[in-house]
Amino acid sequence: MSPEQKNNRAWLAVLPVVLIVAFSGVVPLMTVVNYSVQDILDVHTRFFVGFDWYRDALRDERLHGAFLRQLGFSATVLLIEVPLGILVARCIPRDKHSTPLLLVLFAIPLLVPLNVVGTIWQIFARGDIGLLGAAINGLGIEFNYTQVPLHAWITLVLMDVWHWTSLVVLLAFAGLSAIPPAYYQAAALDGASRWQMFRHVELPHLRSVLLIAVLLRLMDSLMIYTEPLVLTGGGPGNTTTFLSQYLATMAVGQFDLGPAAAFSVIYFLMILLLCWLFHTMVVSRDQ
Amino acid sequence: MISSRLTNKLVIAGYALFLLLPLYWLLAMALKTNRDIVSRLEWFPASLTLANFAEIFTNPVWLDGFINSLTYVLLNTALSLMVALPAAFSFSRYRFLGDKHLFFWLLTNRMSPPAVFLLPFFQLYSALELFDTPIAVALAHCLFTVPLAVWILEGFMSGIPRTVDDMAKVDGHSTLSFFFRIFLPALKGGIGVTVFFCFMFSWVELLLARTLTGSEAKPMVVVMTRTVSASGLDWGVLAAAGVLTVLPGLIVVWFVRNHLVRGFALGRV
Repeated sequence: MSPEQKNNRAWLAVLPVVLIVAFSGVVPLMTVVNYSVQDILDVHTRFFVGFDWYRDALRDERLHGAFLRQLGFSATVLLIEVPLGILVARCIPRDKHSTPLLLVLFAIPLLVPLNVVGTIWQIFARGDIGLLGAAINGLGIEFNYTQVPLHAWITLVLMDVWHWTSLVVLLAFAGLSAIPPAYYQAAALDGASRWQMFRHVELPHLRSVLLIAVLLRLMDSLMIYTEPLVLTGGGPGNTTTFLSQYLATMAVGQFDLGPAAAFSVIYFLMILLLCWLFHTMVVSRDQ
Repeated sequence: MISSRLTNKLVIAGYALFLLLPLYWLLAMALKTNRDIVSRLEWFPASLTLANFAEIFTNPVWLDGFINSLTYVLLNTALSLMVALPAAFSFSRYRFLGDKHLFFWLLTNRMSPPAVFLLPFFQLYSALELFDTPIAVALAHCLFTVPLAVWILEGFMSGIPRTVDDMAKVDGHSTLSFFFRIFLPALKGGIGVTVFFCFMFSWVELLLARTLTGSEAKPMVVVMTRTVSASGLDWGVLAAAGVLTVLPGLIVVWFVRNHLVRGFALGRV
């Protein structure tokens, strides 16, 4: 760390960021914490209830269900998107003309508004007007994602893979481009197979970008809200109701301020913990 | 080697097809009449119609929504870039009290689910009389775009060797003149990537944008959800609106396409 200069005046340059994030992050979070320990009947009538709401939230059966579904969903999409993203990134040709075009093409799903993603897949997967739904029906399987939980899950996972794999592709491609050609030449001289090349040359260099990719996907998949809301509305039943939707129903739908706030705090801490665990696991294996 | 090049092409072609099919279907829907959508399933629309697009362009609600969305997204991107540039410079070039903790704390904000902040945001911006303005949405989106911008820019800045700083100092540049004359131009790729990500995350977000706007500043995406519930199943107009929401993103990504490649090639995103 010797070339870095110790300079506390650098704080001045960071200050605007701290202020703006404090305004849009800390103040609301503290408000939530404040709500979570009170029973709020109306603006003037509120009681301090301590940790009651937290205890209720941790015992809530429906919440456990939403939590397990959330973990299942996040694990499934990560296990598909990360390997697929790396695979596609490795196959992108390197030349002046086709590379930018392909990257632009792959970036398109990332720029589609979340509810439009839901709409696109609604239109695409419906049995009556959708290409995918009609195709599966044509195979003799009655495909209906609004009635059959399994079909709803498959559609949701397909939609998320469609939407987000490109993020992994772009990041992995960035990592691959940064590998000096000398490494490949050296590996080729040693007679490395394609797999060995990947395992011992590419993967180690991809570590830092993959860390970013997995963290981004982990955080965002844990917060998924709009897409399932548009596509399935959380149904059939509550088989595709994930944590954010459960929370939004509680806070805005039923206006249960206290319990919703307690659940928010737990939710936030849970994501923080998962990301921190993942981060330390990767970093500690590094050393 | 030939066979592996063929598999590469197949993988790329397969992935591209997977991405494009749903988009093609959306476009096809947008060009059909509602009667055709429901009655016939066909690869190419037999009779093309622009009526769905005409419906959107003649309705001021849609047009206003489009402008509202662009306003807060551009505000947000500009604001994020302005505050994140000096901060990222500090993080990449200096050590100061609590820098590591501060950096991690910034990232934790990227991890907070927007659903958590619905109510406090609503109250906060109502109290400040910013509710139902693009400013409220732009500020609220800073919650995730600013930490991300700092994170990405810091990575790119650390990729610029420190010898560049030293040489500039020898040439008699002050820190400020170094930053604007030498550092920023060298950072073009990184700025392009940052703009892309800020624009993307702000443009696609619905939950906060819907909560913080009423009738005045209603964004495009919200107009869409309300149209669905109001008119039931107007698939054609819905699909046409969907096509239009994809366009601004396409324009942005087209402008930064070379930066994306060069920027990403710099390595540490």
